[in-house]
Amino acid sequence: MKFKTILTLVAIALTLGAISIWVGQLSYSWLPPQASVESQLIDNLFSFLVTLGTFILLGVAGTVTYSVLFHRAGRYDLSDGPHIEGNVTLEVVWTAIPFLLVLWIAVYSYQTYIEMSIRGPMEMAHMPMASSIAPALAEPIDESVQPMTNIEVEAKQWAWVFRYPEKNITSTELHLPVDRRAHLVMRSPDVIHGFYIPAFRVKQDIIPQQNIDFEFTPIRTGKYRLRDSQYSGTYFAAMQADVVVESMADYEQWLAEARQKSPSPAFNQAASEYAAREQKSAKAGWATIVPASPPIVNYHP
Amino acid sequence: MTQIAPKKLPIEADSHEELLSWRRYFSFSTDHKVIGIQYIVTAFFFYLVAGIFAMIMRGELITPEPDLVDRTVYNALFTMHGTIMLFGWMFPVLAGFANYLVPIMIGARDMAFPRLNAVAFWMVPVFGIMFILSFLVPGGPAQAGWWSYPPVSVQNPTGQWLNGEFIWLLAVTISGVSSIMGAVNIVTTILRMRCPGMSWFKMPVFVWTVLAAQIIQLFGLPALTAGAVMLLCDLSFGTTFFDPSQGGNPVLFQHFFWFYSHPAVYVMILPVFGIFSEVFPVYARKPLFGYKVVAVSSLIITGLSAVVWVHHMFASGTPGWMRMLFMFSTMLISVPTGIKVFAWVGTIWGGKIRLDTPMLFALGGLINFVFSGITGIMLSSVPIDIHVNNTYFVVGHFHYVIYGAIVFGLYGGIYHWFPKMTGKMYYEGLGKLHFWLTFIGTTLNFLPMHPLGLMGMPRRVASYDPEFAFWNVLASIGAFLLGMSTVPFLINMVSSWIAGKKAGDNPWRAIGLEWLLSSPPDVENFEELPIVIAEPYGYGKSEPLTENMG
Ligand code: HEM
Ligand SMILES: [Cu+2]
Repeated sequence: MKFKTILTLVAIALTLGAISIWVGQLSYSWLPPQASVESQLIDNLFSFLVTLGTFILLGVAGTVTYSVLFHRAGRYDLSDGPHIEGNVTLEVVWTAIPFLLVLWIAVYSYQTYIEMSIRGPMEMAHMPMASSIAPALAEPIDESVQPMTNIEVEAKQWAWVFRYPEKNITSTELHLPVDRRAHLVMRSPDVIHGFYIPAFRVKQDIIPQQNIDFEFTPIRTGKYRLRDSQYSGTYFAAMQADVVVESMADYEQWLAEARQKSPSPAFNQAASEYAAREQKSAKAGWATIVPASPPIVNYHP
Repeated sequence: MTQIAPKKLPIEADSHEELLSWRRYFSFSTDHKVIGIQYIVTAFFFYLVAGIFAMIMRGELITPEPDLVDRTVYNALFTMHGTIMLFGWMFPVLAGFANYLVPIMIGARDMAFPRLNAVAFWMVPVFGIMFILSFLVPGGPAQAGWWSYPPVSVQNPTGQWLNGEFIWLLAVTISGVSSIMGAVNIVTTILRMRCPGMSWFKMPVFVWTVLAAQIIQLFGLPALTAGAVMLLCDLSFGTTFFDPSQGGNPVLFQHFFWFYSHPAVYVMILPVFGIFSEVFPVYARKPLFGYKVVAVSSLIITGLSAVVWVHHMFASGTPGWMRMLFMFSTMLISVPTGIKVFAWVGTIWGGKIRLDTPMLFALGGLINFVFSGITGIMLSSVPIDIHVNNTYFVVGHFHYVIYGAIVFGLYGGIYHWFPKMTGKMYYEGLGKLHFWLTFIGTTLNFLPMHPLGLMGMPRRVASYDPEFAFWNVLASIGAFLLGMSTVPFLINMVSSWIAGKKAGDNPWRAIGLEWLLSSPPDVENFEELPIVIAEPYGYGKSEPLTENMG
């Protein structure tokens, strides 16, 4: 290759690289706030893949665009292009490079996964809480490696109910203290539901008749959304709940407050929509599973 | 049917054929070319039906509230949209392409089993109409998504035995049987019916990819069909294979389903890889770069596609080791896929490029495919998938593949072989208009789904939080644009088929057995079987393809 060609190629690669790194940084803004340890880890991995992906996409699209602009046949040019059947070196290179990239991505993903140390239902035994989580936190806090007492999560068509067994409190809003590992035991009496809090980047299906253990660590106070992520029938889209992450003091206070309240029926989107639909004389839809009656809980917003 | 008529006077033959030609398409013909076009046109009808469902869905999603249709209706619409698009459009249209092209590309007079072929085709309108009629039963059509995961799918709120889900399962089973029959036929044809000289490495890549795809049908479809039958028994005959409250295992169904349905995505994309590999050399006037590697990588993809299905179940309570294993196998698929992408880019590079409509669609499809491959790698990375699984990000990913790459490739293929199939030329201006509407519509419709998924909007929702409104409005506008883009296409196809200019046998100056035939080809394709002496794609090197033809 001529020196000039090499120089041009290097210049192009550097430009593409710069753009890719910029897009990779931008990718953080496409995601919800980082409200859990897991979210930081996942976002870094995502940003890395966006950087790589941008480079590849721009490389391929750029090459194709260049060809289309500059290798066009003239209007009356009926000749063929050069008879090039292939190039072994090139073909080896473009097999080997993707392979190495894939290895790199796989190793990075694996490391991230280990750091998240998500406990699937198959790993019911208490694992020592991953010490590797700690460095990911700005200030490692002792409690964060201590699993919290269980919160029981019940997902049913179409309501979320949270129970704090130690205080015997039930709620339709999930309250969590900040910087403490949360340990949930999730159940469903009917169909598969999915526990998904986008701001935490965590998701887990809840298989009926199984206890699903699930853990994560919120690190940012605020109000977030919990959504059902596994299609569960008619009112699936309405099966949402708020998640409140608060300081330990606020959390304790909330628990105390909730304990004072005697259980009463909470508002339930599915049940109220269903009731409204049944009242209309002209029926607008098809038969549906009847939503569970609104949960009776100590606390509801 | 096919006795060789004595040579008629040219004029007489013309008018006679004209008369017969449209009627043949409504008959139980065993001519692979007729069946091919029957498949394509029937599939296109179902494509329009499922497209209308999509328009209604996007109409609902243009506002956050569930205000256009009842939630049950929305759920039925997305279920039937996905189902009809896949079983009514994708598989049949691809079977149509394979039927039409494989015999004339390998120098055969017909498929190996012409009658089986016709039976397989006529099952398509049967199950397609079952899907549509299921809107009329009490309780409406199936509402459990195209995955039909139990327990939701067997809840049956009407309590009647004749319900939407029942018809759905029956129709899917019939579709599976039809596809298996098609696969047996196509694979046998490729293995046994090649003309003299048509060795493996003289076959066009399209034939390789069809072979690779149909092998998947043979090993995968039995799993799906078994799963569907077991689910049907759970629904209607009191078994409890998948019923967790009776000791059954609902996750087992997911394995049955994805063991087929992941490879199924390669059943769809592989032949489109084939179309790309046919189109690029013609319109760049260069041989396919690295032909043999491109051909063989198809079979590698077939092999790998059988061992990745769990990447659809990363959030289903899958143990860690399994997640890691399937993450890696999934990522590996991008290696043989990347080989193809680079080969196409190498083909175009330095060519004499002509931007006719087929080339435009192939180029657009290539770029869209690269994009979707990148999001695919992101999805295969377990930590990222835990966040975006079951969100609009996945919907964006697979629509980029299925619409952006596959439908683009199919459109490209239709334009490319339209002169061969009909003997007429389509209108180039309408074709270009169609391309640009489709490209802009696709981008506007499916690109916004990625930010939506990253923000945490679940898929399959009839309503959503107001924070998602902006991107949803864009997506809906894109969808309506896509709907409109089919208008110039339909006008183009119908009017040029009826009144288009005569195309001649080889309007693209393409190299390939099919281009040595008349347009449209005679009933028997080849008067005398060709003897192939050259590798395909001999552009830039004037050598004859066969010893005895043209
Ligand atoms: C580089 C290649 C690809 C990779 C690594 C990849 C990876 C993935 C992964 C991991 C998922 C599951 C995401 C989830 O549900 O959370 C997925 C979904 C999907 N992919 Fe791909 N993919 C690739 C190419 C393709 C191709 C070529 C097609 C189609 C021809 C395709 C069609 C689909 C479909 C239809 C789904 C979703 C099905 C559904 O959930 O309803 N993908 N892909
Ligand atoms: Cu898959």
